[in-house]
Amino acid sequence: MALLEVQDLSIQFGGVKAVQNVSFSIGAGIVYAVIGPNGAGKTTLFNLITGIYTPTSGSILLDGQPIQGKSPDVLAQRGVARTFQNLQICMNMSAVENVMVGAHLRLNRNLFKAALRWPALKARDRYLHAEALELMRFVGLEAYATARADSMSYGALKRLEIARALAMKPRLLFLDEPAAGLNPKETIEVDTLIRKVADTGVTVVLVEHDMKMVMNLSDRILVLDYGRKLAEGTGAEVRRNPDVIAAYLGTHA
Amino acid sequence: MSKHPYRGLYLIAAVLLLLPLVLPNSFYVDLAIRMAINAVIVLGLNLLIGFAGQISLGHAGFIGIGAYASAALPTHFGWHPLLAVVAGAVAAGALAAVLARPIFRLKGHYLAMATLGLGIITNIVVRNEAAWTGGPDGMAVPPMAFGSFEVTGDKPWYWIVASLLCISIWASINIIDSPFGRALRALHGSEVASKVVGVHVVRYKVSVFVMSAMFASIMGSVTALYVGFVTPNLADFFHSIELVTMVVIGGMGSIYGSVLGAVLLTALPQALATFEGWETVVFGAILMLCMIFMPKGLVPTLAARFGKGE
Repeated sequence: MALLEVQDLSIQFGGVKAVQNVSFSIGAGIVYAVIGPNGAGKTTLFNLITGIYTPTSGSILLDGQPIQGKSPDVLAQRGVARTFQNLQICMNMSAVENVMVGAHLRLNRNLFKAALRWPALKARDRYLHAEALELMRFVGLEAYATARADSMSYGALKRLEIARALAMKPRLLFLDEPAAGLNPKETIEVDTLIRKVADTGVTVVLVEHDMKMVMNLSDRILVLDYGRKLAEGTGAEVRRNPDVIAAYLGTHA
Repeated sequence: MSKHPYRGLYLIAAVLLLLPLVLPNSFYVDLAIRMAINAVIVLGLNLLIGFAGQISLGHAGFIGIGAYASAALPTHFGWHPLLAVVAGAVAAGALAAVLARPIFRLKGHYLAMATLGLGIITNIVVRNEAAWTGGPDGMAVPPMAFGSFEVTGDKPWYWIVASLLCISIWASINIIDSPFGRALRALHGSEVASKVVGVHVVRYKVSVFVMSAMFASIMGSVTALYVGFVTPNLADFFHSIELVTMVVIGGMGSIYGSVLGAVLLTALPQALATFEGWETVVFGAILMLCMIFMPKGLVPTLAARFGKGE
């Protein structure tokens, strides 16, 4: 059974059909890419699956159970994590605190014990602080262990978002344009990082415009255009698809 | 969080211990008590405004609930004053909890308006239910008593309020540096990101609103018991605004800023009394200058200037 199965998914904003009757499934442990021209509905699709939007129709199954319309915090408990195209870092906190927020559901969140500095709560907190530092090392941010988030560069913040998502110990990780705005060197680093994440057994779904990165990383690719599914398959299949070439890759590709 | 989060607390505790030795007369003891009472309320309000990023322009309403619980319940029903304090806090917390869900669907200006309305309605109730509250004239508050021992006068209340302040600072520091506190700050920093990592945003907003309402109610009770008399002014709109100003001047999202803001803005009207009639203008001018030159508030600005954490 597929880890994630999307059937006939549609959402309409007024008269705009942002996503129309899209169906696909994602097997566990693969890297799955969603590509398409700007405005094709890629981020909307992510927002639907991660509970930011409620679909107009269709269903989304995680492990065969419907999750469409569930709120993001419920999905977080089911192991769904994501990053954002426009950074969503908490600038009022330090870098490592941002990562620790990712571990929110694994921490003792009791207010009264917090106010009393309950020893067990502090011990668990210290353990997850160490784990957050370990995750920052994993994504290559060890130099920012004591940094404030608002003092970090754009490229570092992109990776901080990935570290925060990993702190959730997700099974399914959605990355929305992880390489957007990065220079070629940083893009290669993120490419390597995503490969490393996938190797730990996390299923990765990414939206990305960098074709080299997509072709290099992805096991399967979904192509969207005007909210509709244009093609789906391996990199080689998609590249040969005449519709994809016409709509997106260009006739000379 | 800084490596020595309690350093400022030790300093404040030392000052509070030594203060009675140097204060020349009971006028200053009274002023110190008022400062400390405001500081505790502002700490609670700063958790809501500065850390969680939610505004409340009606907090004096909760102070009023605590104050009038301490006045009315012992007077009309013969409740023990301590029980009345608890009842006031529970009532304020319950009211906050019931109203928080619809209120926190709102954001920004709308949230400000809703809380403003809440404060004003509380004030109107207190003014009009004269049979229970004494109406605009206010009412006397039976003193806190245990058997034949009555807690009255400056000195005992000074120590009670000083202890409450230290406990509140300690608890606030602990909360901020805990998973609960991080979730609060995260929903301020990015609500969508905090949702996605599993923070139940509404529940956290409600919790912090309830907590700050209870802080305010308890200190309203303390004010009533200390002064021995309550008037509706305690619950009026200007008092709410004054508290928010203390948060902003001291520094949003700063524990010690809350204390400093409360201390300065409680003292300032006294210090400006020499300006006779112009004190409101000078008061306003000082606030404007503070906001122009220190928009982040006193403590965060000074901490940044001298290159260290709080």
